[in-house]
Amino acid sequence: MVATPNGFNLDTSGRRVVVDPVTRIEGHMRCEVNVDENNIIRNAVSTGTMWRGLEVILKGRDPRDAWAFTERICGVCTGTHALTSVRAVEDALGITIPDNANSIRNMMQLNLQIHDHIVHFYHLHALDWVNPVNALKADPKATSELQQAVSPSHPLSSPGYFRDVQNRVKRFVESGQLGLFKNGYWDNPAYLLPPEADLMAVTHYLEALDLQKEVVKVHTIFGGKNPHPNWLVGGVPCAINVHDTGAVGAINMERLNLVSSIIDLCKTFVKNVYIPDIIAIGGFYKSWLYGGGLSGKSVLAYGDIPENPSNFDPAQLHLPRGAIINGDLSKVHEVDVRDPEQIQEFVPHSWYKYADENKGLHPWDGVTEPNFALGPNTVGTKTNIKELDEAAKYSWIKAPRWRGHAMEVGPLARYVVGYASGHEVITDQIKGLLSTMNLPVGALFSTLGRTAARALEADYCADLQRHFFDKLIANIKNGDSSTANVEKWDPSKWPKEAKGVGMTEAPRGALGHWVQVKDGRIDNYQCVVPTTWNGSPRDNEGNIGAFEASLMDTYMERPDEPVEILRTLHSFDPCLACSTHVMSPEGEELTTVKVR
Amino acid sequence: MSQSIETFYEVMRRQGITRRSFLKFCSLTAAALGLGPAFAPKIANAMETKPRTPVIWVHGLECTCCSESFIRSAHPLVKDVVLSMISLDYDDTLMASAGHQAEAALQETIEKYKGNYILAVEGNPPLNEDGMYCIIGGKPFVEQLRHAAKDAKAIISWGACASYGCVQAAKPNPTRATPVHKVITDKPIIKVPGCPPIAEVMTGVITYMLTFDRMPELDRQGRPKMFYGQRIHDKCYRRPHFDAGQFVENWDDDAARRGECLYKMGCKGPTTYNACSTVRWNEGVSFPIQSGHGCIGCSEDGFWDNGPFYDRLAQVKQFGVEENADTLGRAAAAGVGGAIAVHAAVSALKRAQHKNEIKKGSSMSQGEE
Repeated sequence: MVATPNGFNLDTSGRRVVVDPVTRIEGHMRCEVNVDENNIIRNAVSTGTMWRGLEVILKGRDPRDAWAFTERICGVCTGTHALTSVRAVEDALGITIPDNANSIRNMMQLNLQIHDHIVHFYHLHALDWVNPVNALKADPKATSELQQAVSPSHPLSSPGYFRDVQNRVKRFVESGQLGLFKNGYWDNPAYLLPPEADLMAVTHYLEALDLQKEVVKVHTIFGGKNPHPNWLVGGVPCAINVHDTGAVGAINMERLNLVSSIIDLCKTFVKNVYIPDIIAIGGFYKSWLYGGGLSGKSVLAYGDIPENPSNFDPAQLHLPRGAIINGDLSKVHEVDVRDPEQIQEFVPHSWYKYADENKGLHPWDGVTEPNFALGPNTVGTKTNIKELDEAAKYSWIKAPRWRGHAMEVGPLARYVVGYASGHEVITDQIKGLLSTMNLPVGALFSTLGRTAARALEADYCADLQRHFFDKLIANIKNGDSSTANVEKWDPSKWPKEAKGVGMTEAPRGALGHWVQVKDGRIDNYQCVVPTTWNGSPRDNEGNIGAFEASLMDTYMERPDEPVEILRTLHSFDPCLACSTHVMSPEGEELTTVKVR
Repeated sequence: MSQSIETFYEVMRRQGITRRSFLKFCSLTAAALGLGPAFAPKIANAMETKPRTPVIWVHGLECTCCSESFIRSAHPLVKDVVLSMISLDYDDTLMASAGHQAEAALQETIEKYKGNYILAVEGNPPLNEDGMYCIIGGKPFVEQLRHAAKDAKAIISWGACASYGCVQAAKPNPTRATPVHKVITDKPIIKVPGCPPIAEVMTGVITYMLTFDRMPELDRQGRPKMFYGQRIHDKCYRRPHFDAGQFVENWDDDAARRGECLYKMGCKGPTTYNACSTVRWNEGVSFPIQSGHGCIGCSEDGFWDNGPFYDRLAQVKQFGVEENADTLGRAAAAGVGGAIAVHAAVSALKRAQHKNEIKKGSSMSQGEE
């Protein structure tokens, strides 16, 4: 038994269970746990199993292009890296964007939050709680009654509607080709929903699939496509023209009407379907309050959605900034991402090499030299790993720490910071949900709390999307159609050397990009991303990361069927392509390659 | 394939879809594929007689934008694709099971449908560090790729990663990320490039294969001609501004607000083969140029290393004349002349290219008869 400094007791004596691949996530991930004789998880090991090395690819490139490269870090949270990147470059070059560009960027970022949260819940997470096979046993009339009880405003609620969906699922199952549902854990007692609730949720899985392709059209209008819309250092690429000749080639009244209709669509779905589903499904799982991990101890948020352009003062951010440590909600610490003492990355358990691995490095000074090496207690071979040795290096993810603490980031972290700092909307939402579900505040610090915070945030973001739409219209009405500041577009107007930071709240949590520009080119680029925080391996002190902490002490019905592990890991919405790309900043060239 | 598995048509009928609706669906599919109404009965016949084709969808080094794009498909809807058209038997992004059960699902599909499944690849294998920059089930991804490819009927390389390498293969390509066709050399491979490809192009390629039971006609690079046969510039709605020498000179200038040509802002439309200016994005809502940003050429091989995105295409050699866009912009007459030259050049290029194209897309039934 080993006690970690952040308060967990690790016991590796029990049976080792390996889950690889962890599915229904973005990217590649592995998880190993030890379960005791009572099927309780006593040790957890999470491993990022991919690495792409984007920052070294960025070195020497035009900083105005960096958004496009970093956007390709992740196609699920598409756009959020691009936004972070243009903010970092604008910070370095001292560029202030127009008010309209701020409104449009915010709408795009909020739209991503809503889209990502919906797709995450219905298409990546729901099957951890919902059993589609059990839905076949439902009486569609009972589902109709349930639907009308939990969400009287949702029009798709007749018994006939649910019967049609049930028939479709039935034929699908009877075809013998189970497709995505194949080998699911459908007879596992961890599934607790009655058939009528399963049928309602499966129906909404399909409704959400149809809806999500509509939601993203806000990106398409302003950015030309989704996934991976276009962005611009200095503003946004789309011009506004509502009055004059040629308006058909710009953001005009028809485009704005389409945006407005999608904003309504987002709000309606979140209000009528997403939140009622969370309450209904959560109601059946109230006894399953595992998975709190670090959420009740240490959480971090950078804040986002600035009311005013290029102004990241926390007082005017709609999503809150702050850090909470050791579970003390009475103190919200200030966060300064430029402070070399605050954010540091460690690698003693990561497949990278530092000169001194007892020390952490701030992203400005970060070094990333890949060093794939397995510990002496690894079971298997280099290219056929059966069990990892977590006493040695075991992940492609680094271990970022805030003042030495392992932190959880994401919707729940944002909501805990918001709650602790008295954010009016967030506090009301949390209190409302807890009272509806008749749960104490402590219930928030759980797998379900993470899942619920995401839904509440989608609702808040839907309102904010409307706020910035109205702000854009008001500004155009006042005669301001400007969308780009081009004063410093030309590199000849840049300082010889500059450095900047961009921050956002990605759907999965706090995201930062650190850029250094020299002679018009990128000299150094570093990203510290949400899943680097959440999926971090152990650090030099032996602190475990948020994924690992959240799995501790969870009871598994059947250790061979990882339903509970998936449930909790998915509640973070892991994004492994994001977390595992970090790469050499200080000209540390790899032996096998040459930087041009 | 097993006789107990019902056909696509049976599945649709049993789901309560009328024959009339089914035929309407076939017409819409034909229209979506640009095939005209005469092809609707062919599609109907194909769907009446075929079981759902198993698809194995694997992921290497990538960002999942291809999967995200795929689920945006509006016609057909992705729920209809996965419930009624294909059997998506392995896809680690969407499948219910994980770990051993996921690996078992993969193995069962390979064994049961030997030679009859489609392998869809998103992302690419890194070859440095013995492939361990991308690990699946404790082993290098390249092993899973080779294993799944061995008994596949055909392979679809989704997106720029699988087709060409994309961003992780940009210089200096630290992991030696390698496109699929350089690792798998004995199977028919359809490249569907783009970062990501357009949703309806993705479902269009799959539907084409299900409908006609053959590979689409491919160009010399292995891309379906039906979607990648023309440059974005060829069908761009802003093309008249290019021809007239009307260019955006600065972001948000008057020309930008009038929707004029983005060529001087670095647009790569003139050298990029894709369907963005015709099919457009997200149910035809827009495409990059329509929303004011030049094309970055994301469906072209090595586009990350083709110079900064905002640099105008160097010297525009394909004009075939001395004038560049600056002189075109100054003199309308030169613009007209330039446009004619462009068309001449395009036609000549097309003829030359056609000679090199693979004349026939290999039939998917080949070798089975």
